[in-house]
Amino acid sequence: MAYSDKVIEHYNHPRNVGSLDKADPNVGTGLVGAPECGDVMKLQMKVNPQTRVIEEAKFKTFGCGSAIASSSLATEWVKGKTVEEALAIKNTDIVRELALPPVKIHCSVLAEDAIKAALGDWKKKQGEADLKPAETASAHN
Amino acid sequence: MAIKLPIYFDNHATTQVDPRVVEAMVPYFTDKYGNAASRNHEYGWKAEEAVENARGQIAKLINATPKEIVFTSGATESTNLAIKGVAEMYREKGNHIITQVTEHKATLDTCKRLEKNGYEVTYLAVHKDGRISLDELRKAISPKTILISIMYANNEIGVVQPIAEIGKIAKEKGVFFHVDGVQAVGKIPVDVQKDGIDLMSISAHKIYGPKGVGALYVRRKNPRVQLAAQIDGGGHERGMRSGTLNVPGIVGLGKACELCGQEMAQESEQLFKLRERLRESIMSRLDETFINGSMEHRLPHNINISFAYVEGESLLMGINDIAVSSGSACTSATLEPSYVLKALGVGEDLAHTSIRFGLGRFNTEEEVDYVADRVVETVSRLRELSPLYEMAKEGVDVSKMKWQVAAE
Repeated sequence: MAYSDKVIEHYNHPRNVGSLDKADPNVGTGLVGAPECGDVMKLQMKVNPQTRVIEEAKFKTFGCGSAIASSSLATEWVKGKTVEEALAIKNTDIVRELALPPVKIHCSVLAEDAIKAALGDWKKKQGEADLKPAETASAHN
Repeated sequence: MAIKLPIYFDNHATTQVDPRVVEAMVPYFTDKYGNAASRNHEYGWKAEEAVENARGQIAKLINATPKEIVFTSGATESTNLAIKGVAEMYREKGNHIITQVTEHKATLDTCKRLEKNGYEVTYLAVHKDGRISLDELRKAISPKTILISIMYANNEIGVVQPIAEIGKIAKEKGVFFHVDGVQAVGKIPVDVQKDGIDLMSISAHKIYGPKGVGALYVRRKNPRVQLAAQIDGGGHERGMRSGTLNVPGIVGLGKACELCGQEMAQESEQLFKLRERLRESIMSRLDETFINGSMEHRLPHNINISFAYVEGESLLMGINDIAVSSGSACTSATLEPSYVLKALGVGEDLAHTSIRFGLGRFNTEEEVDYVADRVVETVSRLRELSPLYEMAKEGVDVSKMKWQVAAE
């Protein structure tokens, strides 16, 4: 299969490979996919709780070139964005940027899932885990 | 000597035509272009002579007689003719066929079609080493069994089946024995007498001959096998396969067989050394690598290795200057890993990460060293990227983890 130049670029020179301390309260970790399906992505982000800006992002991916490129691109895009801005990233943006063919769209879906999972984890650590404001208050009793 | 890239290590898929084979074929395109069925002139006689010569060259390689060789368009056709031909001819005697799960699709899909037409097929399982159980084979044979079809050696994992033992059982029970000999003939000694083979499919392009030509060995005595023709027409090949003979192709197949016969002993030893060099070089430098299939009963030029925690397609992308095959079918729409590896009990995660290396006549030690270095380098790099490798190193049992699979 022919890969787009951008996929090959990310595959050969992946950005932000590595891990952050998952015990750090300011680090959110998302682990999505399954080995049997041929794709597992781990995305981590360090968020400044005051500004809600993502200051660092790291990834590790088991998967095809398109999966590696999708997660590499995701780390590039989320850095410097606020949590809310990062959550607005759609898989279709990734498809367009990397020119992914239809059989590889699931890679971009997984990358979007990974962003959501990592930020969901961060929110949980911050005590705002998808809870309504009233419940948040009681959760902190 | 500089290495020419990409390096070809996919010799189970096809092989380079040996220049000596090309040389033998050329005159039959340009000067001696007659139809082997033309009985009235020199052109026809020359073509017929060439065909009969090739028949002898093929027969010699497998210890058959020339009249037992039927030319076809390739091994897929040979296998179709053997299985369907016997099934149709001996329908009165029975409707049961025995084969096994790691056969080539030519065999499996032919059997599936027969099942639709009222035949019964037993698909024997294989052990972890890729070989069938002779006891299970014996138990599967019933009075209605007319044919056993088992491959000599597997195209993905190179595992060699106990053909002589199967041949003996078939003879005892009075059942015909068809062998898909595509990966074995010309590479390891194959003897239709010693192995008790009644029918055998052969392909030219796997043994340094041209594509589009093959043969079916059909035993003429002890016992005599009759086949119902699957292609009707001018009654060529004693009525078993009509159609004008592909004379240049047949000459090429004959020459390829002759060369294999002359060079097999030396060549298989050489390829075994190269294979072992490749295996040791890769496996001594990488942890968590696994060989798929028996090492003891294996073609000398094959190795199939799974690299845990890296995905097959990304591995192939990293070694794109090397032509090999992956057990992962992620490049196709199905996402299904190899059915052969699954049959061996290899987990889906490891099946996704397997690479088949098929060495051939024209490979060199320099190429082996280059390939080993590239594989080690790429696997190491991808493992640095792999969350699974990281977890395994932290002591997490990845196989026991619960994974959240996206609903989409």
